[in-house]
Amino acid sequence: MAIKDLPDTECVLPGSAACPGCPATMGLRIVFKALGKNTIMVVPACCTAVIESLHPHTSFDIPVMNIAFEAAAAGASGVEAALRQQGKEDTTVVAWAGDGGTYDIGIQALSGALERQTNFIYICYNNQIYSNTGIQRSGATPYGAWTTTTVGGKTEFRKEMGEIIQAHHIPYSAQTCVSYPEDLYNKLKKAKGIKGPKYIEIMAPCPPGWRFPMEKTVEMGTMAVETGAWALYEVENDKMTFNGKSKLILEKKIERKPIEEWIKYQGRFRHLFKPEKDVKRLKAIEEHTDQMWDRYRRCYL
Amino acid sequence: MTLMIDTGNYIAAKAAIMAKPDVVAAYPITPQTTLVEGIANYVKTGEFKGEYICVESEHSAMCACIGASAAGVRTFTGTSSHGLLLMHEMLHWAALARLPVVMCNINRVVGPGWNIWPDENDSISQRDTGWIQFYCSSNQEIFDTIIQAFKLAENEKVLLPVMISYNAFILSHTSMPVEIPDQKEIDDFLRKRKSKWKLDINNPITFGNIILPADYEKIRKDMQNSSENAKKLIPEIAKEWKKKFGRYHGDLIERYKCENAEYILLAMGAIGAESKVSIDNLRKEGLKVGLARVRTFRPFPKEDILKLGKQADLIVIDRNISVGSEGALFSEVKASLYDKSDTKVYGFIAGLGGKDVTYNDIEIICKKAIKGKVKDCEWYGLEGV
Ligand SMILES: Cc1ncc(C[n+]2csc(CCOP(=O)(O)OP(=O)(O)O)c2C)c(N)n1
Ligand code: SF4
Ligand SMILES: [Mg+2]
Repeated sequence: MAIKDLPDTECVLPGSAACPGCPATMGLRIVFKALGKNTIMVVPACCTAVIESLHPHTSFDIPVMNIAFEAAAAGASGVEAALRQQGKEDTTVVAWAGDGGTYDIGIQALSGALERQTNFIYICYNNQIYSNTGIQRSGATPYGAWTTTTVGGKTEFRKEMGEIIQAHHIPYSAQTCVSYPEDLYNKLKKAKGIKGPKYIEIMAPCPPGWRFPMEKTVEMGTMAVETGAWALYEVENDKMTFNGKSKLILEKKIERKPIEEWIKYQGRFRHLFKPEKDVKRLKAIEEHTDQMWDRYRRCYL
Repeated sequence: MTLMIDTGNYIAAKAAIMAKPDVVAAYPITPQTTLVEGIANYVKTGEFKGEYICVESEHSAMCACIGASAAGVRTFTGTSSHGLLLMHEMLHWAALARLPVVMCNINRVVGPGWNIWPDENDSISQRDTGWIQFYCSSNQEIFDTIIQAFKLAENEKVLLPVMISYNAFILSHTSMPVEIPDQKEIDDFLRKRKSKWKLDINNPITFGNIILPADYEKIRKDMQNSSENAKKLIPEIAKEWKKKFGRYHGDLIERYKCENAEYILLAMGAIGAESKVSIDNLRKEGLKVGLARVRTFRPFPKEDILKLGKQADLIVIDRNISVGSEGALFSEVKASLYDKSDTKVYGFIAGLGGKDVTYNDIEIICKKAIKGKVKDCEWYGLEGV
């Protein structure tokens, strides 16, 4: 499906409180195009709780329930059960949470909901930081990145949420990126048609958080994929398929670009390039990425 | 009507399913476990037809109840002590979101050290969350209060969640005969929940987004008004229940031999029940003592207490301690009288950590107060520690 063929449905109303170039609103527009208006969304504390705008206004044209930071999946479980009791099983329940609400504080509730086979779509928009609170590290923040709590650059590598999710052996999970609207759309469409728990993670480059100009969001996402920092894939009943450029990288049909090509445009990595190049840390990043792809090849090729 | 002889928890499970909640979400903790097991059994027998979500924590239990309640259905859960404390953030959330969740809390000691016996510090420490709080003193009262609680919580003039507390083991694990009305009678008393608003695709509303101070303050005031409404509704609902089923446990307060009393004892939960024996004995000795068993700690029955204070001196027993201050009931009783009555109020802390409080202990406490030889807030049985 080409972008021009996506449905006209718009549930993100004009005038939201998002930053210019915000990946969350880009992602949400596509999500609703795929899911349609027969959808209820649960949102924990994250940027989206701000994007929604001030009471009594809203920037979403579907019912939204806000919930506490760590609680998206559990709150959605309740909504889903209530809808079933009311015979409204055709309504899609979606939890839309940030990486902080997913990788860190919300992982317990998420794991529980997946294990209980809750019939919902859990979407994590991953901007690799706590943006809402002003750019602090999360379990998704990459090694070396500056945040306000990793001032000299993060000293640990990010965790692999995708692999944690796979350990739950749910019917469908996927990784996608805001820069690939068709990929995002198709994955959501597929998820909507499957019963049981679905997990979709969206790479979401955040201009103020990563320190790049607001018109570069799409480019930052494409580069994340082309450098292999992020992989597009989907897992259906434990069968893993890589998509787009990620498939070509996996099959070694193309070389992934050096991570350096991606991070040199992001102010959060500036200290790795200035005053002089931090060869050691840059090498560590490349090696870690290679290890990830080697593991992918070993397990999934 | 049938007679069921069973423990407080199994009676609570029976009441919960007879209220026909659409969603129950719960997590086990001693001494609440038999309550959730009881409900699980009703799932097996088909007597409970709603959803039973076995969540991975109490925090998620409350979140799931919140989600389900926001989607418009009736919800129930139960917990105790550490489970209640883990829910704390979501207790505020449920109340501020104006969701009529009903929950049992089995009053149990908070650790460390681990101790599963009765103590009211768990629920007392949740007093400012906006939940209506009942304290029960018999299994029959547990049954009746749970059904009534749904009616109260779901009333449009209230829309606040309700917590029904009862003491660990003394009630949760002690069998008593309980009259159980027929399902049809309960259905007549408690109609299906009709929510004024809910998550509805035909009316897409965003609930709980950012709110500025002026609007937020209005929400708080509305909660306060609704709590005042509850104060009026609790007696009405209790009377309706009495008319229908012939049983009555009091309104905000249960009064026992308060006529012509010169001293009135105030207590909650199981100590409140035990006190009746003490009052009978004291009366036999010619001491004019009555009992006001406080059933609702929130809304606090301050008008009733002022009336009692105008009649008699007050003796308060707390099975809780607000460290750095005094027993919570003691504080609130005094606050209710402030500037309106100069009645003497004697405060005692008793039964913390599950220490037994017998009718004999209660008689000693009352006699001590009558002699007037009481420190500001005395720890009964712990002098010199
Ligand atoms: C229990 C709790 N702890 C901390 C916070 C403060 N808080 C709100 S949003 C947030 C970070 C959210 O990060 P993420 O989930 O990645 O979403 P983003 O802001 O990046 O969109 C934090 C720490 C909170 N609301 N609740
Ligand atoms: S900080 Fe980033 S994710 Fe948050 S609203 Fe702004 S652009 Fe969007
Ligand atoms: Mg984030």
